[in-house]
Amino acid sequence: MTCDSRTPGTTTVAEASVPTGWRSHGTNRRSTRTLRVRTSAALVTVTVLAVLLVPPLVQLDQQAVDLSAKLLPPSWAHPFGTDDVGRDLLLRCVYGLRVSLLVGVAAALTATVVGTAVGAAAGALGGWADRAIMRIVDTVASVPHLLLGIFIVAMFRPGVWPVVVSVALTHWLSTARIVRAEVLSLRSRPYIDAAVSGGASRWRVTVRHLLPGVLPQAALAAVLMVPHAMWHESALSFLGLGLPTHMASLGNLVQDARGSLLAGQWWPTLFPGLFIIVPTLAVAGLAGAWRERINPRRRSELML
Amino acid sequence: MTRPPWEGIARLAGRRALFAVPVVLVVTFGVFAIAAASPFDPVRAYAGTAALGADQETLDRLRENLGVDRPFAVRWWEWLTSALGGDLGHSSVMRQPVAQVIGERLVWSSLLCAVAFAVAVLVGTSLGVLAARRPGSWLDRTVTSLAYSLEAAPVFWVALLAVWFFALQLDALPAGGLTDTASREVTAGQVARHLVLPAGVLAVSQLPWFTLYVRQGVGDALAEDPVRGARARGLSERTVLLGHALRSGLLPVLTLIGSRVPELITGALLVETVFSWPGIAAATVEAATAVDFPLLAALTTLATAAVLTGNLLADLLYGLFDPRVSLSDM
Repeated sequence: MTCDSRTPGTTTVAEASVPTGWRSHGTNRRSTRTLRVRTSAALVTVTVLAVLLVPPLVQLDQQAVDLSAKLLPPSWAHPFGTDDVGRDLLLRCVYGLRVSLLVGVAAALTATVVGTAVGAAAGALGGWADRAIMRIVDTVASVPHLLLGIFIVAMFRPGVWPVVVSVALTHWLSTARIVRAEVLSLRSRPYIDAAVSGGASRWRVTVRHLLPGVLPQAALAAVLMVPHAMWHESALSFLGLGLPTHMASLGNLVQDARGSLLAGQWWPTLFPGLFIIVPTLAVAGLAGAWRERINPRRRSELML
Repeated sequence: MTRPPWEGIARLAGRRALFAVPVVLVVTFGVFAIAAASPFDPVRAYAGTAALGADQETLDRLRENLGVDRPFAVRWWEWLTSALGGDLGHSSVMRQPVAQVIGERLVWSSLLCAVAFAVAVLVGTSLGVLAARRPGSWLDRTVTSLAYSLEAAPVFWVALLAVWFFALQLDALPAGGLTDTASREVTAGQVARHLVLPAGVLAVSQLPWFTLYVRQGVGDALAEDPVRGARARGLSERTVLLGHALRSGLLPVLTLIGSRVPELITGALLVETVFSWPGIAAATVEAATAVDFPLLAALTTLATAAVLTGNLLADLLYGLFDPRVSLSDM
């Protein structure tokens, strides 16, 4: 996956440093961009379809233990090999991705709702309330996210809801900042002035006029948050502070594979990790293309 | 008119410290509030398995002795006052005073993080400059796509694969720990050999960010007038790249270095656990698994202080190295 087209400013760099052939570079760049968007879209579609369709359609038990087929290397019968009790790793990974994705989506949705509410409140209220709210955001942001997550899960004992809550509680900060900045910039627009002078209450202006304006930004932030939330969930599960083992997520799979890894079997470790990387890159690729589309001149930033 | 820079540094540091104190206080308060809201019971944690057979009267007496029947704000205040006196409580999982746990382990975590960070900065800068030299070249494409993939890869997964490859397949490096299992004492050579893998993996986890930012910064700087002027004067490509483009391109990166502390701590939590490195990050995970509240509270506070120090460092570097900003304005 080439990601060079994420930096629109580099065309001029190519022009300056490579005097010959930069024009052909330009066409190459466009085709790479299309290729990147298509690959990302295809990968996201495959991921979502696999997660949604495989469990109801494929009549295979991911927990089916077959001790005679334990720790088989990848083959045609088992493309990803089997784990230490002979369970098919491809099936385990799809189910693990399903769990990770569900937790990631739930956490990202919660974080987006909280972040949008807090950010909109700060931006719409302004003054000392804004300063106080943003000071709280800064304070929470000064605790490393994974550490805060570990602390919350440790106190509430590992389980699905503590994990969702702990990931959500550490991820709403960026959304709150984005939404507040967006609300502040929208507040000076004429249509807001019109609504205010038309006698609309602060609540009505916020809910009816400001929030719809910030929703696209919040939605983009939510989509980008899903891979990040998955990453956090898998880290917590790997540390033994995440989901219970009967709800194996990708992090649990990597944790379970540690024993086999030390015995020299690499496949139970390798494939669950790839299942985290590939959707993350695909979502980042799509989000990057979307950002370039809505704002091609903006200096793009890193978005993983 | 021009005052010595250390005066500005001292002023800024002093002002930031004043802001940092309430933040740390609020974080410790939050830690106690979360613990009070959770089903966590300090009495059962203190008594351990003995609590299972104990009668209610003994438990009540223990509860009174430990003072956990009082509101959490009071306990927070007591913890805070004794913490300022150096007493952070007793860690049940390490069977040591918390201050001693931190004292023994902080040095190993600092060593790991410092080495990893230095490697990440050096290698990341070199790769970033190489990639920025010819945007769109195969080198640039390889470096950027590798960087994005590594940024998306879970650190613990990279660590496990590194163990498999370097320790098991090649048998070149030890898979974990601080010293060899048979060895009683800690020698520099052994620590150095055991440091290679964890520090390397931690560096690799920090590397993509540096590489991509340096690439972006140097790439942007290459398109600016000073570079064009330097080229027009006929300076060598090397001078242009390192003397002009890197100097201005590194500036935004340099000022952001201090703000990487949270990511470094996140990485250390996972890397130290995988490699059984006896640092405070591994102790945090152990404390969390065993619900060792005194240790966990102290380490969370410590990490917050580290993050705030990093932010201060970022501001200081920004003021010192960017001639357009003066420290007294910040």
